[in-house]
Amino acid sequence: MSVPQQAITEIENPVMPFLRQERIPHIWCPGCGIGTTVNCFARALTESGLDLDKVAIVSGIGCTGRVAGYLRLDSFHTTHGRPIPFATGLKLANPELKVVVYSGDGDLFAIGGNHFIHAARRNIDMTVICVNNHTYGMTGGQVAPTTPIGATQTTMPYGNFEEPFNLPFLADACGAVYVARWTVYHVRQLARAMKEALLKKGFSFIEVLAPCPTLFLRRNRLGEGVDEVKYYKEKSVIKNGADTKEVALGYHSEIIVGKFVDRERPTWLEAMNSHFSKVLGDKFVPWGVQNGQD
Amino acid sequence: MKADPKAVLTGIHFMDGDHACCEGAIAAGCRFVAGYPITPSTEVVERFAQRIPTVGGVFIQMEDEIASSIAIQGAVWAGLKAMTVTSGPGLSLMMEHVGLAAMLETPCVFVDVQRGGPSTGLPTLPGQADMMQARWGSHGDYSIIALSPNSPQECFDLMIKAFNLAEIYRVPVFFMMDEVVGHMTERVVIPEASEIEVVERRYTTKKPGEYKPYECEDDTLVPPMVKAGDGYRFHITGLTHDERGYPAMNAQAQDKLVRRLKEKIERAKDKLVDICENGVDGADVVVVSYGITSRVAEAAVQMARAKGAKIGHIRLRIVWPFPEKRIGEIAGKVKAFVVPEMNMGQMVLEVERVSRGRSDVYCVPHAGGTVHEPEQIFEKIMEALK
Repeated sequence: MSVPQQAITEIENPVMPFLRQERIPHIWCPGCGIGTTVNCFARALTESGLDLDKVAIVSGIGCTGRVAGYLRLDSFHTTHGRPIPFATGLKLANPELKVVVYSGDGDLFAIGGNHFIHAARRNIDMTVICVNNHTYGMTGGQVAPTTPIGATQTTMPYGNFEEPFNLPFLADACGAVYVARWTVYHVRQLARAMKEALLKKGFSFIEVLAPCPTLFLRRNRLGEGVDEVKYYKEKSVIKNGADTKEVALGYHSEIIVGKFVDRERPTWLEAMNSHFSKVLGDKFVPWGVQNGQD
Repeated sequence: MKADPKAVLTGIHFMDGDHACCEGAIAAGCRFVAGYPITPSTEVVERFAQRIPTVGGVFIQMEDEIASSIAIQGAVWAGLKAMTVTSGPGLSLMMEHVGLAAMLETPCVFVDVQRGGPSTGLPTLPGQADMMQARWGSHGDYSIIALSPNSPQECFDLMIKAFNLAEIYRVPVFFMMDEVVGHMTERVVIPEASEIEVVERRYTTKKPGEYKPYECEDDTLVPPMVKAGDGYRFHITGLTHDERGYPAMNAQAQDKLVRRLKEKIERAKDKLVDICENGVDGADVVVVSYGITSRVAEAAVQMARAKGAKIGHIRLRIVWPFPEKRIGEIAGKVKAFVVPEMNMGQMVLEVERVSRGRSDVYCVPHAGGTVHEPEQIFEKIMEALK
């Protein structure tokens, strides 16, 4: 290496203040993309200007489910598939909080799929970040609701024949007010999207494609993490505003990335407060409304 | 602390158990309910949905019971008192989050208006067959508290106690009603707010950086809490964890944590006795009952006494932890216990365990769908006397 060791250690990594350093090293494999997304998230938090004491992060179970445990925020590692309803309780009980759900594709869209669609429908004010590695990493590489047709997984030993979800289309159809997809190659765009989502009122959703070298790439002879990032670089096409119907992922084919949805809709709490004010008048005790505004 | 007078419907009401349960929760300070419709418990959340906009708080009907049982825990960690309300099939779906509440030590209340089971069973008719599920239903070892009211008045009174116990011990507290108690309409007296004792959450006095979420500061083994948004930047997990709340994947951490989760209730067992006794001293046979069955049992006890028999009656208002010390004292002094319940024999197993063969134990099982006939219990009492 041409960079002297001393020089490396003297540079303060800007992400470090966001990490529970006493918990490092983390559990993720070499070449895994989750750490890159955390890096982007830390940058987004810095740039968002949010009061970090008021940011809560909630994860489910799985490799991405461990993110909450590494971030120096109020952080909740819940049960498999259920970070969204936990986050719903947090947000509605204390509307001052900025609530982020950070979890994997299996957690959010298989076991947790029902919660995702309803939180989006209700427009609960939260940001959901889904790290999509097309597989169940922590349990050893089983088929996920995002595994492309043709990819081999331990529970699809002859190749997957199930149609995967098109996640941005699902989020869009359910009413999310912000929907974007990026890959861990697009670190600047991803950090910017995370910042936008954090500052967006309502249910915002970001899908991040990330390599799982140990259990998806190797099993499918797709190389290492760096090979996957090269694939993201070569095959990604940025189409902001693309119709989400058109952004389904194939098996190692073109990836459409970008910001697909950015719209306004009253959040659940706004709808509740304005409705009850109308129908109950002075009898209504507003909830989470500061100075009668907001 | 006293209840909030703006929230308490002081006065004399003619009210069913489900509605009284809701009023008890509001009086106790519950300001967040997440629920899913299920007979015969729905009236509890319907009333909460109607009442809470004028009190200040949130009701949300979630997409299922799994979501409801974890949404309440999010609300608790954001600083509110919260409950969910369900019946048999819904309780089965909630079991994972009963375990989470035990593991995170989330103070919260699970109301179960019991109906006949298993599965969809008898949606509109009573049962008491969830008693063991309440105690043991989630995987792993942990402790809970469960109460069983036998009237609408007790649905109000004991609900306040349920919330208070949840805060004191940081465990999920079960409120084991049944369809008859839930739908029975009786006189309910709601006292002045100033007469209602409400236990507030015990928050840490430590500063951020010094506070550890699972560090016990006294011999209650119940650590003080924090809530999200106060700058503590704390972490909690359903994984086995150390005092810092960080995952600790080893046998030593598991032993320390699980023993404490059991021991915090074990240690408080004598304080957690709530039973109503009559005629136990000098009795030949003692009937042990709870919930709606206790009212039928009392009729049977009177019938037996009218025949000159010496019969005692113990009614459990706190069912879990089981009052083993008191039942153990009586065992050996009486010829037999008779345990009627609207299931095929659940709490009777506890009576048998505690009496350790010193008294005979008779079960009066009932599959549910309606309450016992007093004669069924009376006949068993007479058989036990022989």
